[in-house]
Amino acid sequence: MNIKLLDKLLFILLIIMSAIFIFPVFIVLINSFKLKFSIASAPFLLPTRDTFTGFDNYIEGIKNTGFPAALGWSLFITVFSVLAIIVFTSMTAWYITRVKSIFNSLLYYALVFSMIVPFQMVMFTMSKTANVLRLDNPIGIIIIYLGFGAGLSVFMFSGFIKTVPLTIEEAATIDGCNTLEVFWRVVFPILKPTAITVAILNTMWIWNDYLLPYLVIGNDYKTIPIAVQYLKGGYGSVDMGAMMAMLVLSIIPVVVFYLSCQKYIIKGVASGAVKG
Amino acid sequence: MKNPIKRYFPIFVMPTLLAFAVAFLIPFVLGFILSFTEFRTVSDATFVGLENYIIALRDDSTFLPSLWFTVKFAVVSVITINVIAFLLALMLTRTVPGTSLFRTVFFMPNLIGGIVLGYIWQVIINGVLYNFNYSITSNANFGFWGLIILMNWQMIGYMMIIYIAGIQNIPTDILEAARVDGAGALTILRKITIPSVMPSITICLFLTITNSFKLFDQNLALTAGAPANKTQMVALDIYNTFYSRTGFEGVGQAKAVIFFIIVAIIALAQLKFTRGKEVES
Repeated sequence: MNIKLLDKLLFILLIIMSAIFIFPVFIVLINSFKLKFSIASAPFLLPTRDTFTGFDNYIEGIKNTGFPAALGWSLFITVFSVLAIIVFTSMTAWYITRVKSIFNSLLYYALVFSMIVPFQMVMFTMSKTANVLRLDNPIGIIIIYLGFGAGLSVFMFSGFIKTVPLTIEEAATIDGCNTLEVFWRVVFPILKPTAITVAILNTMWIWNDYLLPYLVIGNDYKTIPIAVQYLKGGYGSVDMGAMMAMLVLSIIPVVVFYLSCQKYIIKGVASGAVKG
Repeated sequence: MKNPIKRYFPIFVMPTLLAFAVAFLIPFVLGFILSFTEFRTVSDATFVGLENYIIALRDDSTFLPSLWFTVKFAVVSVITINVIAFLLALMLTRTVPGTSLFRTVFFMPNLIGGIVLGYIWQVIINGVLYNFNYSITSNANFGFWGLIILMNWQMIGYMMIIYIAGIQNIPTDILEAARVDGAGALTILRKITIPSVMPSITICLFLTITNSFKLFDQNLALTAGAPANKTQMVALDIYNTFYSRTGFEGVGQAKAVIFFIIVAIIALAQLKFTRGKEVES
């Protein structure tokens, strides 16, 4: 077959695939503007004059879930957890790569090991520990996220630090920098691409995480995934209209984040995988 | 001379170490110990030996079925996700117009959280089944294939990005040389492309296998195990053992230890197997 024709067929195939990929989100969007009783029976129909409800579902959903507060808590926890992870795990990775000792190697292997352990293994004991140590609040959970995110993050930073030549750091020391200055003024700027990758992978995880925040702070503070799930579990039958509206509202921040940092996200996923 | 960095241990390592100890190390060790005890809260634990493990593996009516369901799910989803993602990567590394736009679209579902994904697909699948007077919870097969479709929709884009990076790393002179020597497209795929992207295949298999085994949010939102726990995966079964059955905390923890060992063995075996097939560069 001729190459040009093949590429044309592939192009058509890719268009069809794209339509399939966008379709589910489109369906949720149109249903968020329909009467709740017309959703379950005919989700694939566009709203008509009889079934169109404007923003009623949004108002109902926001009232029942406390969505603005959930958005606030999700933003707060994600932003500060990711910042804590970047600051502390980059320092740790540099230290344990530069200072050779049995303790440091053990710590490194324990961190790598933690990446394959299923959450269910530590779910109960972790939430009890968090409770005893009074970490069951939006600030305490940042410490929990630092602990859980440390495995992947230290692993990725270490992988990159191994390729950074020592001579740069030695030159900075001779110039009179102390160790903290050497790290933040000389090493960290070199680590920036890895830091962006680590930030993106952790943002995608923490923003969408459901079970950990549900077990640790779920009774008092709802993040977006908890608020969505609450709509289902909160009372007997689900208000489908409110559910659709909440799904749309939870997708919007993700789409905004994706479209504004797309270049970094795609690069981050690709380079994160190469190091893995 | 003593390494001057050493004095900075409290600043550089302590915060991460403490957080790691609280979030992971202590709970992990504690969880392992508690799996040999009977407890409600942790402080009231009494040693019962292997009893929890025996209950989980012999008397429990949901654990082994959920494990089997998880294995079936993992096998089907790992194969479908990787085949489709690899084919898309092959297409998008050709000179087709709009490749970056297609990449954007295929990757997008990956950023949506598992709970939200579960409800999105519940509406769609129920919308289709409604025409036949069924719903996703009326038959375990609906839930199974629903989870497969959902998982494919979510993970294909991510794996595709990794495969694209792998394919783009193949030196063009090798491909040129093969074409000059008269190698056909299939031969190039089999003899050059696939062996060269083995590192990508390793990592994609690792990610899809571990993610399929650990799946929880999507399972909870799409079917919550219905009908009659037949679409319940291991992670959800362990969760329900802990939080919906009083007095079974020890059994839940024993199930979690078994689950951890299975995931660890599969992950390590797979890494060893595919790493062995990677070409030395």
